Amino acid sequence: MAAADELAFHEFEEATNLLAQTPNEATTRGDQLVPQQHVAVAMDSGGSYGAGNEVEESDKTALLQEEKQQPGFWTFSYYQSFFDVDTSQVLDRIKGSLLPRPGHNFVRHHLRNRPDLYGPFWICATLAFVLAVTGNLTLVLAQRRDPSIHYSPQFHKVTVAGTAIYCYAWLVPLALWGFLQWRKGVRERMGPYTFLETVCVYGYSLFVFIPTVVLWLIPVPWLQWLSGALALALSATGLVFTLWPVVREDTRLAAVLLLSVVVLLHALLATGCKFYFFQPLPLEPAAPPHQATSQPPTVLLSPPPPRSAAA
Amino acid sequence: MRSRIREFDSSTLNESVQNTIMRDLKAVGKKFMHVLYPRKSNTLLRDWDLWGPLILCVTLALMLQRGSVDSEKDGGPQFAEVFVIVWFGAVTITLNSKLLGGNISFFQSLCVLGYCILPLTVAMLVCRLVLLAEPGPINFMVRLFVVIVMFAWSIVASTAFLADSQPPNRKALAVYPVFLFYFVISWMILTFTPQ
Repeated sequence: MAAADELAFHEFEEATNLLAQTPNEATTRGDQLVPQQHVAVAMDSGGSYGAGNEVEESDKTALLQEEKQQPGFWTFSYYQSFFDVDTSQVLDRIKGSLLPRPGHNFVRHHLRNRPDLYGPFWICATLAFVLAVTGNLTLVLAQRRDPSIHYSPQFHKVTVAGTAIYCYAWLVPLALWGFLQWRKGVRERMGPYTFLETVCVYGYSLFVFIPTVVLWLIPVPWLQWLSGALALALSATGLVFTLWPVVREDTRLAAVLLLSVVVLLHALLATGCKFYFFQPLPLEPAAPPHQATSQPPTVLLSPPPPRSAAA
Repeated sequence: MRSRIREFDSSTLNESVQNTIMRDLKAVGKKFMHVLYPRKSNTLLRDWDLWGPLILCVTLALMLQRGSVDSEKDGGPQFAEVFVIVWFGAVTITLNSKLLGGNISFFQSLCVLGYCILPLTVAMLVCRLVLLAEPGPINFMVRLFVVIVMFAWSIVASTAFLADSQPPNRKALAVYPVFLFYFVISWMILTFTPQ
């Protein structure tokens, strides 16, 4: 709408904080909106409107501006509304997920209730391909050190990586959203997040694993575990800070249980990926297992058959 | 699968088969030249066709597939996997750029992405020839260099055609998936090992 374009939203730190705490209340900006509409209506209609009608008119216009146009889900423009982001916004959201701060809720501050699907989709795609590529590279580097390891470009890992990452990034938010909806009755102050906002949070929180996976190329075990733990801490902290305001009003037990399950699932994903993609064991059944480390406790991914060395 | 200015519509039915085939081959060849020497022109967009992408994709998939039927888990991609990656990758990128608000049509975008695989197909041919020599670090370095140069060429060619169709503050968002797509194809080419 032309009026909304003229009244561009300016960023103020206090206003952002206020909005984050009470998203449903109007700030002073909204109040400034009303008198301008007020004047426009009065000028257009001449003298035929009474005072009461003018107030009604401005209320209605203010209400209409808050309503969003919802095209049907079978139209293209419905899906286009989820990709309505600029480069700078995407970069800002990625930065927000990398540096979680206690007061700043990712959904309120960075998403501003306008979730996008671009970030989650392409971050998951990048992570899946980077996992497959670096896993392959690890095998190449391991073969250089020890020529007895049989190298082959294992293309099936791309499929496995893609399936695992996408399932995690879409099914876990679905379960979380369902759980929060179920417990909705207990909360007074803050409503639960929509499904897309949950998907967005999870998608952007996976970004920190991309540089970590590249760092895992360096074959120094303590460095790998350190960087993995750091990435997991950053990612899980972001998730916890985002979920805490919603879950805080629930019973203590439910809140703690939910948050620990979220962190646990994230940790399982990280360790599963580390063990499945970065284990440099030989693939020929005849050769004895080289550097037998601990058995991969993968829950999400099953190890290929030749690696059942514990039997 | 083509769009053309239909001037002599009725007479193409009576022409010899050789004429028909040569006309299409010439159109495809002309577009190959446009890709190899990318400059701002509308030819690829205006007269799009999907023959070129099909030829390139089939050639690439045939060269990349693993030779013998050894174990399922080892080895490079199968023919179908390469085919699926190329076509579904191109469709996904096209959908992405349309959802971001680009004003390019679906098939035009598929056409551009498909034709810009040409440098990578040339890289695959060169790699296969280089692999006939003896293996070693020099072999790998040559292949790496060729693949990197061709990868950069693909990206430059496709952005020359696609960049103008996006709104200015979303260009990077539309170009990044193209980068990822050609990176994955380059990776498959680089890690190819003959059986």
